[in-house]
Amino acid sequence: MIPGKFEYFAPTSVSEAIGLLGQYGSEAKILAGGQSLIPAMRFRLAQPEILVDINRIQGLEYVRETDDYLEIGALTRESAIEKSTIVQQRYPMLADTARVIADPLVRNMATIGGNLAHADPANDHPATILAYNARIVAEGPGGERIIPVDDFFIGIFETSLERDEILKEILIPSPPGGSGGAYLKIERKVGDYAVVGVAVQLTMEDGLFKSIRIGLTNVSSTPMRARAAEALLVGQTPEEALFDKAGRVAAAECEPWADLRGSEEYKRDLVRVVTKRAIRKAIERANGVL
Amino acid sequence: MSDTEVRITTPPDVCGMGHRMKRKEDPRFIQGAGKFVDDIKLPGMLYLDIVRSPHAHAKILNIDASEALALPGVLAVITGKDLQAAGNLHWMPTLMSDTQMVLPIEKVVYYAQEVCAIVATTRYIAADAIELVKVDYEPLPPVMDPFEALKDKVIVRDDKEKKTNHVWHWEAGNKDATDEVFARSSKTIQQKMYIPRIHVSSIETCGMVASWDKINEHMTIYMTSQAPHAHRTVISLVSGIPENKIRVISPDIGGGFGGKVPVYPGYVCTIVASLVTGKPVKWIEDRSENLQADSFARDYHIDAQMSADENGNITGLRVKTLADDGAADAAANPSKFPAGLYSIGTGSYNMEAAHFEVDAAYTTKPPGGVAYRCSFRVTEAVHMIERMTDIMAHDLGEDPAAFRLKNFIRKEQFPYHSPTGWEYDSGDYHRALLLAMEMIGYEDLRKEQAEKRARGELMGIGISSFTEVVGAGPSKDFDILGIKMFDSCEIRVHPTGSALVRIGVQTQGQGHETTFAQIVAEELGLPASSIKVEHGDTDTAPYGLGTYASRSTPTAGAAAAMAARKIREKAKKIAAYLLEANEEDLEWDVNKFVVKGSPNRSKTIQEIAFAAYTNHPQGMEAGMEAVNYYDPPNLTFPFGSYICVVDIDKGTGEIKVRRFVAVDDCGNIINPLIVEGQIHGGLTMGLAPALFEEIVYDENGQNLSGTFMDYLLPTSMETPKWEVGKTVTPSPHHPIGAKGVGESPTVGAPPAIANAVVDALWHLGVRHLEIPITPQKVWKILRENGIDE
Repeated sequence: MIPGKFEYFAPTSVSEAIGLLGQYGSEAKILAGGQSLIPAMRFRLAQPEILVDINRIQGLEYVRETDDYLEIGALTRESAIEKSTIVQQRYPMLADTARVIADPLVRNMATIGGNLAHADPANDHPATILAYNARIVAEGPGGERIIPVDDFFIGIFETSLERDEILKEILIPSPPGGSGGAYLKIERKVGDYAVVGVAVQLTMEDGLFKSIRIGLTNVSSTPMRARAAEALLVGQTPEEALFDKAGRVAAAECEPWADLRGSEEYKRDLVRVVTKRAIRKAIERANGVL
Repeated sequence: MSDTEVRITTPPDVCGMGHRMKRKEDPRFIQGAGKFVDDIKLPGMLYLDIVRSPHAHAKILNIDASEALALPGVLAVITGKDLQAAGNLHWMPTLMSDTQMVLPIEKVVYYAQEVCAIVATTRYIAADAIELVKVDYEPLPPVMDPFEALKDKVIVRDDKEKKTNHVWHWEAGNKDATDEVFARSSKTIQQKMYIPRIHVSSIETCGMVASWDKINEHMTIYMTSQAPHAHRTVISLVSGIPENKIRVISPDIGGGFGGKVPVYPGYVCTIVASLVTGKPVKWIEDRSENLQADSFARDYHIDAQMSADENGNITGLRVKTLADDGAADAAANPSKFPAGLYSIGTGSYNMEAAHFEVDAAYTTKPPGGVAYRCSFRVTEAVHMIERMTDIMAHDLGEDPAAFRLKNFIRKEQFPYHSPTGWEYDSGDYHRALLLAMEMIGYEDLRKEQAEKRARGELMGIGISSFTEVVGAGPSKDFDILGIKMFDSCEIRVHPTGSALVRIGVQTQGQGHETTFAQIVAEELGLPASSIKVEHGDTDTAPYGLGTYASRSTPTAGAAAAMAARKIREKAKKIAAYLLEANEEDLEWDVNKFVVKGSPNRSKTIQEIAFAAYTNHPQGMEAGMEAVNYYDPPNLTFPFGSYICVVDIDKGTGEIKVRRFVAVDDCGNIINPLIVEGQIHGGLTMGLAPALFEEIVYDENGQNLSGTFMDYLLPTSMETPKWEVGKTVTPSPHHPIGAKGVGESPTVGAPPAIANAVVDALWHLGVRHLEIPITPQKVWKILRENGIDE
């Protein structure tokens, strides 16, 4: 539990941080909330030579709504998201997610940007951000660019961010009327990584599924959408038999592995059950029940 | 919780027994001012870290520490060969008179075993140096299954003369009588069950600061110890340092639960490191070292049989058990009891005969097993008997509560001689269960369960009516390494009427600084707030065997009362002198001696104390001090009845403990607030192995649950609201009628929960589920029975 040696930088601006990343390349690691990096360093699973602590950069902690998006600064703490009135009222799936991440002490430090940039399929935000069809704002030496979330997670612990890019902001499209979402997580105990987690964001129109996106947690090596289950539902009338079918399809398309959280078979079956439950809850919320 | 049964004889300003006094130790803990071993910082202190084995079983071909030694700041690397050269310190005795490697020379026998120790000027340099030590291993086949181990294909302890993995065989009860009872009983049942390996997981890990004073040849040791005197004796015997030249200080301790009774290799290395360098050396385990290498608990493979007659009366019990000891028998049981007090397993039930057989096997796992909040293997015994009783009741088609009430030892049978040789001192089992049933609304719950079952919903009700056996113990039967298990108290009343109480036991969170003050306040009438309680420093505290097995109140608590009574006897003489009265004409009233019939003629204990130093009778020794070493005549037998209600999620198999009622009887109560706190904590530690905790190894012997990520301690979110109640049945032989309570809830809770889950699934043909009962285990049963949401 004693980390190895490292050199520590605390830049006060994004450009300064980008400069350090450019200078040190793969030897550098960004420290945001430290939820994942600090334990990895204490176990010496990660031994970065350079630590770029971005917590002193001003102006990256905010949750605000514009006409088109909910804009979240990358350094926004999970506890702030959990407690945000806008999030609770307009983006309940995001509130669902923040409140099941780790424990309250960790949530006071942990950031949404770090949760996404770490690209751990066991993290909770990737599934919900996929379901929200969010956009990721990154800044590098050449300026800002926007990455659609579907292009963001490209492998285990791997994103499409360049080495000298910093994740700056998350843009969640404002849900149109008739929308609802829910994130349900099965965990062995509070604060655990998910055995499985299912995020469902949908929009109803004329009693039919107009659109639906389903994100899954910790059942594949890369954060994933249950695309086949989504395709099955779009344009259909919500009914229990259909939810059941969607659950089965989602269970078939995920790729869980056996570990202390359960067998592959168990996890697939939980994906089936929890997908149904998340769809039901998202529909309730689309109908105005929070 | 009503305190109507709690006996209170002193006013609130005296605050003797029965008062809900707030803990005296809490202000310092709440304000972060506790002083734990890791808070000790001595000038010039060095730091020790340990290289650990990545194999469960492997030959050591070579240890190359040259690179580590070359790192600036590294002062020494200690290997098994170094310890051997220093006087055969590479092996040490365990508390069970087995042997255990301190550091290995030939081979390692468990994953994360200590291989060599590094001493450096900073904690960070020590950790860096660990990575520079190169150890060449030749892997040997791991021995992970104790049943396989007994086939002796691979010998774990080839250092021993006898080439076998069989450690010992032990029996209790009467085999022939049991066979005879089984032969004529109309109903017999059999069930195998496994009580998995778990870990005490105290919040403070183990650690030590050892400081060798070369000039005075004196060793001062700060140590996470539940038994500082016993440890001082062991250290003296092993190191050869005279006992008067060793001072063991056990400062504030962040939880022990039995895990701080054994001596670990890290302690020995730290002492040797200080001897070698002549400097103070600190060693503090990290969490994973603690979880992976320190002594485990439980790990009993049980095969139990119970018999009953045609009227549904339990007649006999036959139990065979294999104990997985790991690489050494490093349990801390009394010498005569290699399986602890496991033979208490006939529990709360009247039966004719019982026979227990236990064998132990070596495996390539860390040594054990400590008595984790279980008063020497009583947890295993209670889980067995309470599961068996439930299976028998269900099999006979009887309600588990009615079946227990029918089979309980009756109040008038006490003192009760059990078929395995125990003499239960007192009990009223019917009253405790009936109170628990009333508190939880048992009959209504059974109706609700029937209605829900008809609708396909899964709900279960589980009972555990346990009998504990604590307070080791009478010196005729109980010793550890030959040291008898008495305990002690020394009281000094100061001239101005306050007092110092020193005890041979050592608190790890039990609240001794409060409860021992209350015992003395009860006996002497001095306000508990004016009594300072000290313990844990072998230079000042009287000799004692320490705190574990719920023994502090039964032993040292009795010593405190007896020492106080000695002082009161002397006080009576002084009072007679001061009042110019005959001793026979004086009577004690809370805090003063009063001349019978003359209520105005009296002397308070404070006045008497002052006189003891200023105006004592000629010919009498001055002062007001007493010491007592208490050797209990018997153990004490706390008991209780717990009822638990669970709901099961048909979709996920998740188990929700909806309600949990715990009725405990620990005899007379010293402080109800502390007792309730003990029960809340103990119940949570009983919930943990029932539903969450288990040390898991892979087939190579690697510990897969070596962090709190995968070793699942329940949090407040998993913990139900505990509903506690009590009855009071005083111990007839204890000076203050107390029995001890620390371990009752840990012992009693797991089978209540397991019984509830099995009860919810019994109609599906489920007779037993191994703990921890995880959602996946339940899910599998549900799906196999076509149950889904």
